Amino acid sequence: MLRRLLIILCLGLSSMMCLAVDLRVALDADPISLDPHEQLSEGGIQYSHAVFDPLVRWRQDGTFEPRLATSWEVQDERTLRLHLRQDVRFHSGNPLTAEDVLFTIERLKSSIDFKALFNVVQDVDKIDDYTVDIHTNHAYPLLLNILAYVFVVDKTFYEGRSEIVKFGQTFASTNVSGSGPFTVRDRVVGQRLTLVRNPDYWDTQSVGNVEQLELLPIRSDSTRLAALLTGGVDVISPVAPIDIVRVQRTPNVKLLALTGTRIVMLQMNQARRVEFQDIRVRRAMNLAVNQALIVEKILRGYGEPAGQLSSAAFLGHVSDLVPQSDLERARELMKEAGYQDGFRVTMMAPNNRYMSDERVALAASAMLAKINIQVDLKTFPKAQYFQFFDQQAADIMMLGWQSDTFDSNNIYEFVLACRDTDTGMGAYNAGRVCDRKLDDAIVLANQEMDVAQRVALLRGIEMRAVDQAWVIPLYWQPIIWASKQHVDLESVVNFLNFPYWGDLHVSVP
Amino acid sequence: MLSFIGRRLLQAMFVLLIISFVSFMIQDKMGDPVRQMVGQSVTLEQREALQQELGLNDPMLIQYGRFLGRAIQGDLGTSYYYKEPTIDVIASRLPATLELSFAALVLVILLAIPLGVFAAIHPKNLLSRAVLLFSTLGLSVPIFIVAVFLMYFFAIEWGILPSFGRGETTSVFGLWQSGLFNRDGLRHLLLPSLSLAFVLTPIFIRLIRAEMTDVLQSDYIRYAWAKGISAPRIYFIHALKNTMLPVITVGGIQLGTLVAYTILTESIFQWPGMGLLFMDAVTRVDVPLISTYLIFVGVIFVVTNTLVDVVYSLVNPRVRIPGYS
Repeated sequence: MLRRLLIILCLGLSSMMCLAVDLRVALDADPISLDPHEQLSEGGIQYSHAVFDPLVRWRQDGTFEPRLATSWEVQDERTLRLHLRQDVRFHSGNPLTAEDVLFTIERLKSSIDFKALFNVVQDVDKIDDYTVDIHTNHAYPLLLNILAYVFVVDKTFYEGRSEIVKFGQTFASTNVSGSGPFTVRDRVVGQRLTLVRNPDYWDTQSVGNVEQLELLPIRSDSTRLAALLTGGVDVISPVAPIDIVRVQRTPNVKLLALTGTRIVMLQMNQARRVEFQDIRVRRAMNLAVNQALIVEKILRGYGEPAGQLSSAAFLGHVSDLVPQSDLERARELMKEAGYQDGFRVTMMAPNNRYMSDERVALAASAMLAKINIQVDLKTFPKAQYFQFFDQQAADIMMLGWQSDTFDSNNIYEFVLACRDTDTGMGAYNAGRVCDRKLDDAIVLANQEMDVAQRVALLRGIEMRAVDQAWVIPLYWQPIIWASKQHVDLESVVNFLNFPYWGDLHVSVP
Repeated sequence: MLSFIGRRLLQAMFVLLIISFVSFMIQDKMGDPVRQMVGQSVTLEQREALQQELGLNDPMLIQYGRFLGRAIQGDLGTSYYYKEPTIDVIASRLPATLELSFAALVLVILLAIPLGVFAAIHPKNLLSRAVLLFSTLGLSVPIFIVAVFLMYFFAIEWGILPSFGRGETTSVFGLWQSGLFNRDGLRHLLLPSLSLAFVLTPIFIRLIRAEMTDVLQSDYIRYAWAKGISAPRIYFIHALKNTMLPVITVGGIQLGTLVAYTILTESIFQWPGMGLLFMDAVTRVDVPLISTYLIFVGVIFVVTNTLVDVVYSLVNPRVRIPGYS
């Protein structure tokens, strides 16, 4: 609606209103490579949306929008037919056809980072130049979710030199041919990435009017904010919670905050501590931690206190499961379990991975002290922390999990499923929870095509996890952007934190 | 002269060996580089395969031996993140740091010499007292506070100077990206170099003042007065020259510090120099880059110290350095 209105506005008024503009965006990280299939990370996908096009992409309301695939229909339980756009050309000038889609998915299946997502795809058949059939190993309800990661690359351009190497330069890491709204003009690694609008872009309906997009990595929170306040850049993200008031006080700058889907939690290792095997202790700990207070005081009211793992955007979300905190009840439970005098535990948390992670960990350990659980907290930079995480080096570990498929089941698979090094299930299960019945439900939910039944399955898992108090969910981390007033950031930023820069409209002041 | 330089070279090699060894030994305490380069769903097995490929699973001494073998051939490794030889990466960032240090040094000289001399000549003057007060302040306030204050007032509140980056650069002979030759580059340079100068100037003011006060008491100055030589000549030619010895010593050490440890200033102002590079490398556990940086800094210290010794004997011919005739 808003988009249509803007188009009418542009057509109706003199062309002066819709002048092309240059935009400078400061982010906390930059893509490590120009190859869209090298790393599955937030920065990488943000870049891919600018220079490449996915088959489908997410709308802000959580539905899928056709992009390179104009429509799709289910052929049978294991086959999805996609119809491709016919007027798309890559930056190299080559036309986009079914061959490119086949090539891209094959490449994704061989990429270290993406293969876990694309293993489920058995093969892709070309029906004609603009139609493909995607066959999966089993019925797979999340096929569209992963097709949103298929950023189609130019087969003619990359073929024969398309290898993906993690530690070394490749052709694809420095040369690009995508079909996206921007082309790469210049990249100084670690300093800036300059993109310019693709004049032949197929999506002529887009209201985007950014002619040149400069992405600058600025790692320090305060320097990034200063860059916005001085007008050196037009858009920044993220904004540290402590700076939010500062942004709100500045008249020509605005703040855009969304609830993300990354769930920050504490995992209690039952293999290390017998105390944690007692459900009363786990419940008491859940009751002792006051999620609402953490969000209010440390995140300054941004972010959403969590009483479960699935955010409201996910199918597994159960709206009745709100975070509880009741110190009296918690103390009673500890007494019942025979631990009224408490015990000592160790805890580890990162100090530069999640928003305000160190302070959150400190607050949580202070809250646990109220039920006589003395926490020896150690925090580390993320590079060291995740080594300890893999070793499960402390009794309590902090983890913030972002579901790659934007579906509940991905959280359950990695955090709640029994640890299995062969399948990769439970790889982030630092609580050493293991419940075979739960595992069966998780496997089932990965194959259930009926939406209502699938929702029931996922909610069942969620309720069981909360009932057993296996982890202490804390909050869903907010996504915070700030920009100058005339940048219409609201229409391109979504709960996935993948802004579609191609569609960004900036009004000329 | 030759044996002096030869001896220095030998010392340097020894120092660099120790530095590289230490930087290797702390490696596995810094974290897992593979983890930084892969997504969350990459399995443990695949990560181990990558580690194996990088040779990270071998014993430290074997890794170090391999590193030395390549280093002798001039290959200090390839950066994980930049995917280029670490030497090239550092060389590309060196101009930014050198220009920043150079600008800071110019500011320090312009401020410290006149103020220090003035404070020595007129110890009771109000200005001298103010200068000394300022220098105490400068010595005790850490640089990140100074930098943040400068940025807050000049960039955010008054909006007269940019807050980050290096601005426009011009290419000099195609070898050097310089920010010194255009207005935008100079504007970007001002705040970072000023904050560096702010913390470095006080020590020089104090040093010059103390030495100068001493020298002004000496016999040859009294004799010069008696001879009727003009005051500026006595102060700036006869007296100042003799105050410079300790200043050069301290200055040489500080110059090394300046080039090597502009880390904080560069991080605050997002100055694309070696310091920022190092900070980023540490967060990313880009081990080859970290080792090369540390070795490079070692080289800088050795070189500046050697230069100081040479300059020292030029200023004061009475000084004898073993092996240097």
